[in-house]
Amino acid sequence: MKISREDVLHVAELAHLELSEGEVQSIQRELDSILTYMEKLGELETSQVEPLAQVLFDAPAQDKPGEEIALREDVAVACALTGEVLAGAPDPSPPYFRVPKVIDR
Amino acid sequence: MTGATPWTIPSVRSSLEARKISAREMTADFYARIEKRNPELNAYLTLCPERAYAQADRIDALLSRGESLPPLAGVPVAIKDVISTRGVRTTCGSRILENYFPPYDASAVERLERAGAVLLGKTNCDEFAMGSSNENSAYGPVRNPLAPERVPGGSSGGSAAAVAAGLAVAALGTDTGGSIRQPGALCGIPAMMPSYGRVSRYGLIAFASSLDRIGPLATSVRDAAAVLRAIAGRDPNDSTSAGAPVPDYQAEIEKPVKGLRIGIPQEYFAEGMDPAVRKRVEAGIGLLRSLGCQPVELRMPHTDYAIATYYIIATAEASSNLARYDGVRYGLRVPGTTLLDMYRKTRGRGFGPEVKRRIMLGTYALSAGYYDAYYLKGQKVRALIARDFRDAFSRVDAIVTPTSPVPAFRLGERTADPLQMYLADIYTVTGSLAGVPGISVPCGKTPEGLPVGLQILAPLFGEARVLQLAYAFEKAGGSNV
Repeated sequence: MKISREDVLHVAELAHLELSEGEVQSIQRELDSILTYMEKLGELETSQVEPLAQVLFDAPAQDKPGEEIALREDVAVACALTGEVLAGAPDPSPPYFRVPKVIDR
Repeated sequence: MTGATPWTIPSVRSSLEARKISAREMTADFYARIEKRNPELNAYLTLCPERAYAQADRIDALLSRGESLPPLAGVPVAIKDVISTRGVRTTCGSRILENYFPPYDASAVERLERAGAVLLGKTNCDEFAMGSSNENSAYGPVRNPLAPERVPGGSSGGSAAAVAAGLAVAALGTDTGGSIRQPGALCGIPAMMPSYGRVSRYGLIAFASSLDRIGPLATSVRDAAAVLRAIAGRDPNDSTSAGAPVPDYQAEIEKPVKGLRIGIPQEYFAEGMDPAVRKRVEAGIGLLRSLGCQPVELRMPHTDYAIATYYIIATAEASSNLARYDGVRYGLRVPGTTLLDMYRKTRGRGFGPEVKRRIMLGTYALSAGYYDAYYLKGQKVRALIARDFRDAFSRVDAIVTPTSPVPAFRLGERTADPLQMYLADIYTVTGSLAGVPGISVPCGKTPEGLPVGLQILAPLFGEARVLQLAYAFEKAGGSNV
């Protein structure tokens, strides 16, 4: 097995995900089969390859003037939707979201 | 399309201009069809008649004043439920957003409405667009209108089914690893994934940010081109939206295809393809040859690594994007004794099995000790796959492949083994990783009468080339090849 029960519980903790006992077992089995399949990437020698995080930064169109990906100015704009956003929250206390106590954690 | 000729964007326009029907009547007609057919198909999750009729009345007012109509005036459209619509429930096919009403419109939605389209409602999809059969929706699967015991494909299954059943003239879908093209293929309609950055992602609820794209599904290539024209272009609200000029796609599609070199990558014709699909795709390539296109055999040596690469990158990005569903700001909250307990319970209750699986996989791939072996390795192989495409496009104008190795399969037939479901994305994830545009266009049917899709890919921002070939193929009888 590539992945142990402890691995599954650890990753679920990192992901803040409550899993049932049945889910722990099925995810362990499925992740194991998927990760085993992914081992095939090890067949490729990539030590000289630059990782590609985002395709546009690699695009030939970027060389043409006027077609570059320009980041806009970071200007703070007042949000006109605060009321609507809070109205959709599970437990609003305008202008805040209310959550359970965190102090004793 | 139950025998009758489906409405198209030009026929909607000419009927409105000739006063044969008003936009309000047109809208009512589509809602009547939906009422009749949707209980079986489950293509729509939410309808928004108030908004639709208000827009239809605006179009009718323009008509009665004799003013000119915007390009999509009165065209009834459906929107995949991962795309935000102000005040209209947007669930992402998930319980965690069951009662989420976005406070703003996605840019693509805003542009469609500005172009005159009438937004009928929101379409079903795999939860957070994660799936290839639409069986991962928390609101039940969608049925394929051509074969109701079969899946419509996914994740934009509701959009594809709605268009194929005549419950919308066109729809927006999203494609991260094939989620527009594959359901288009399985439902027998043209379905287009534009280049990464071609259409703003503002308001698209994120799955994998370096891969997600919005694109059109329609009953004709011309209509897909018209919808793409309306939604494409730079948007200050999406820093990854591209400034490259948007061509007049409807004019571009008329250009002759004679002499174009079409690459046929051998790796896409290896084992694993349904023989009936292979036959139709080969006939489709024959049809392109008869139109004067020149097939060129190619090698794209990293194709076999695309599924592993895609499922590392997509799940890693998803695990990060979906961290926002924690019961604090929107959506479901399951009470807990502590903040952390609330997070865990909310997410455990709110997400379905496929989403949990992918969050787990992505979190694992990003976790300490595994980052280099999985995520970084995936990004490096992604660079190799992108290089395969660059090399290919130095020799050919477009690449032609099957869209899906199989036609529409039966509901429940493939749900037992997630890895097997992932492997069926083999022909579509490559173009997703490389960022290039691609379309699936109907390419005959299997002996059982199930549609087959032909995928046409072109270099970055080569949408016009993709549409031009697809249009010529469709006009030459591709859907019956």
